[in-house]
Amino acid sequence: MTAHPHTSSLLLTWLCILAVAVLAVTGEVLTAAAMNQIGDFDVIRARSGMKGAVLAVVSNPAFVFGSLTMMLNFFMMLFALSVADVSLVAPATASLTYIGNAFAARIFLRENVNRRRWIAAAFVILGVILLSK
Amino acid sequence: MKHRLKPTQYAVLIGVMLTASVGDTFLSHGMGQVGQVDIHHLGLLLIAMKNPWVILGIVLLICFFACYLTALSWADLTFLMPSTAFGYVIVALLGRFWLHEHLSVYRWLGVLCIVCGVGFMANGPSKTEHPELDLMDAGVGR
Repeated sequence: MTAHPHTSSLLLTWLCILAVAVLAVTGEVLTAAAMNQIGDFDVIRARSGMKGAVLAVVSNPAFVFGSLTMMLNFFMMLFALSVADVSLVAPATASLTYIGNAFAARIFLRENVNRRRWIAAAFVILGVILLSK
Repeated sequence: MKHRLKPTQYAVLIGVMLTASVGDTFLSHGMGQVGQVDIHHLGLLLIAMKNPWVILGIVLLICFFACYLTALSWADLTFLMPSTAFGYVIVALLGRFWLHEHLSVYRWLGVLCIVCGVGFMANGPSKTEHPELDLMDAGVGR
């Protein structure tokens, strides 16, 4: 099996980009779910101090899994940056992450992603792509 | 009450915007010095951890994470998305006015789009209220 070198590196680049985006969305949704469970940080800090607040965060399973996923995302991003140009990797992963986050937040976090938020997301995605030009 | 942000909450949002973008810029600069990491030389990733720019980048990203978590405790994920993207605008403007880099028309349009996105978001509520579900379902993250 001899794949065309150009095709295989393009495939690797996009697989890396997709992996970065999927890990980012998973990590962000899990940490957002954790912070939803924990509640307003200021209130907790006022009640049980900074130590209590930090303890509440680090003992939350969703937070632990979320931050592990974010760590994987970080290493995947470093790897992706070494495989392809930052001018492709940064906007591609950012826009895929924004789209994925909007859907995942609506489905898993039950956030009210109304028309205002979709329009904002569309502007941001377009802006990120234009900025990389 | 939750729909109006306090000054300290705005400060946290600014922290989210600044630390992420400046941290990414440092990481990108550092990885440029480390060189290409390929699938057979993953050990280079560990060497990258000794590069001062990579270290500074990581420190800033840890600060970002703290600000981001604080913000997530009183704001929706979809509300925060445009704020994190605003960091790109700050980096572009820093490049233009501080480092005197050239910004193409495309980049100015990109800056304008992200500013519009943030404007759309800033006028809306920061948090979806779930009076009845809350704790039960919030845990189902995935």
